[in-house]
Amino acid sequence: MTLSSTHPQLRDPAWRSRLSLGILGIILLVPALISTEFKPWIFFEPDNVKVTLKFLADFFPPNTKPDFLKLVAIEAWRTVAIATTGTFLALVLAIPLTLLSTRVLSISALTGRMAKLPFIVRQIIRFGLILMRSIPELVWALVFVRVVGLGPAAGILAIALTYAGMLGKIYGEILESGNQEASRALLRNGAGRLQTFFYAVLPQNASELTSYTVYRWECAIRSSAVLGFVGAGGLGQQMDNSMKMFNGSEVATILIVFMVLVAMADRFSAQLRKLIS
Amino acid sequence: MHLKPPSSSLHGYFALLGVGVLTIASFWSLDIQLYKLFSFRSWELMGKFFGELLVPNFSGAFLIKVLYASLETLAMSAVGTLIAALLGIVIALPASKTYSNDPIYYRAITRWILNLLRSIPELIWAALLLISVGLGPFAGTLALALHTTGVLGRLFAEAIENAPTQPGDTLRFMGVGELKIFLYATLPSILPQLISYTLYRWENNIRAAAVLGVVGGGGLGQMLAFHMGLFQMQDTSTILIAMISLVLLVDSFSYLLRRYLDR
Repeated sequence: MTLSSTHPQLRDPAWRSRLSLGILGIILLVPALISTEFKPWIFFEPDNVKVTLKFLADFFPPNTKPDFLKLVAIEAWRTVAIATTGTFLALVLAIPLTLLSTRVLSISALTGRMAKLPFIVRQIIRFGLILMRSIPELVWALVFVRVVGLGPAAGILAIALTYAGMLGKIYGEILESGNQEASRALLRNGAGRLQTFFYAVLPQNASELTSYTVYRWECAIRSSAVLGFVGAGGLGQQMDNSMKMFNGSEVATILIVFMVLVAMADRFSAQLRKLIS
Repeated sequence: MHLKPPSSSLHGYFALLGVGVLTIASFWSLDIQLYKLFSFRSWELMGKFFGELLVPNFSGAFLIKVLYASLETLAMSAVGTLIAALLGIVIALPASKTYSNDPIYYRAITRWILNLLRSIPELIWAALLLISVGLGPFAGTLALALHTTGVLGRLFAEAIENAPTQPGDTLRFMGVGELKIFLYATLPSILPQLISYTLYRWENNIRAAAVLGVVGGGGLGQMLAFHMGLFQMQDTSTILIAMISLVLLVDSFSYLLRRYLDR
């Protein structure tokens, strides 16, 4: 006699759902593994092991030749510069789009429902913002590399468009989640929309808006480093070059510089955000 | 009665000044020639480019190829996230201090590993992995798994450290082993949190998986890079549409799921 038959209360009460969920999981997992060509043993094929080990052995020591270090320093600065200009342009794009799309500054919405035309205009702008941010920045960069050629301009435009879409959305959410009494009072008493924005909406939400923007700048540094892989300049492009030549020691240096850069941006942005709030 | 003026320190202005200098220096040093962007030539190019994108290729055979690539992207993200969740929990255990006298022998080293995994973006992992496993979705899946392990491991470790300690302490007092304490006391109380973190990362990873292919990591991205490289704009357009719909689909699915879980 088993334990569970003598003590029926010891049987797992949820065994039915656990079992069926487990089976469902396996049914879903098998085709997924096949589709991703999940073959971990590839790692251990002699040829691959040789190449990998050689590449990894090359990592130590990292390349510290002055010429190369200088090159990497320049590229690191360009990565920061691309992120900064991209975020700046995104801000320039996002502010008017937010003003046009936010509910907070709607006069007709003060008395119940928003009028039809403003509603449609707002929805169109929101759709535009969705479109801008749902195409990943790397794809934008691929597109712009075709249009403006290789180099930082493609990276800047890619960051500007994607981040404008994100900033526009989050700004709108911040404004709409804040306390709206002051802005409503101003609008009801005949203040203009811009006046309302500058005297009620902005002061109330300024710190939150800035802190989110700073956070986005930090993200932009990460993505601008990656955008280089499609030819948009910066550290990524340098890493791509070194990787194509299987130069492990150069790759190691760039990886270290990249991590230091991201950690510094992290620190800086955390400090700045603490200062603001 | 004196109203105190809002405390204004110079720090804010210094920060603003710093940001301004940084922005100007960036524009100045990059020499991007933004005016070129507004030249007739680049508008013509851009117009032509986007004009061609407006006519997607909807032929049956190509649609099926795109569908397969989308499924591959979806599978990459799902498998990558699953591996990351499993590895994450395994690394999170030594990386967390579970009770007050926990000796935490491995906390520093595992935290360091998690930071390393996390600080290298998926795309760079993919490019590095190409060297050992070659082109294809496997490299992309592993890249997602490695980066996500870093992210989830840290979140999991924090969840474990913040879990209520009383049930575990009671079991420990009774002489129950650490693994059992985790399984029967800690895990049940943090499981919803772990699931919600994992779902959130999965959502992120689908976006990431869609582009990983651009460096050779399989899925929609690889197709996109291929067709865009050949300037087959109609095919590119279809792939872009597939990418956007995949992302939107996942967003709404995860939104619904989270609302269901929150109830």
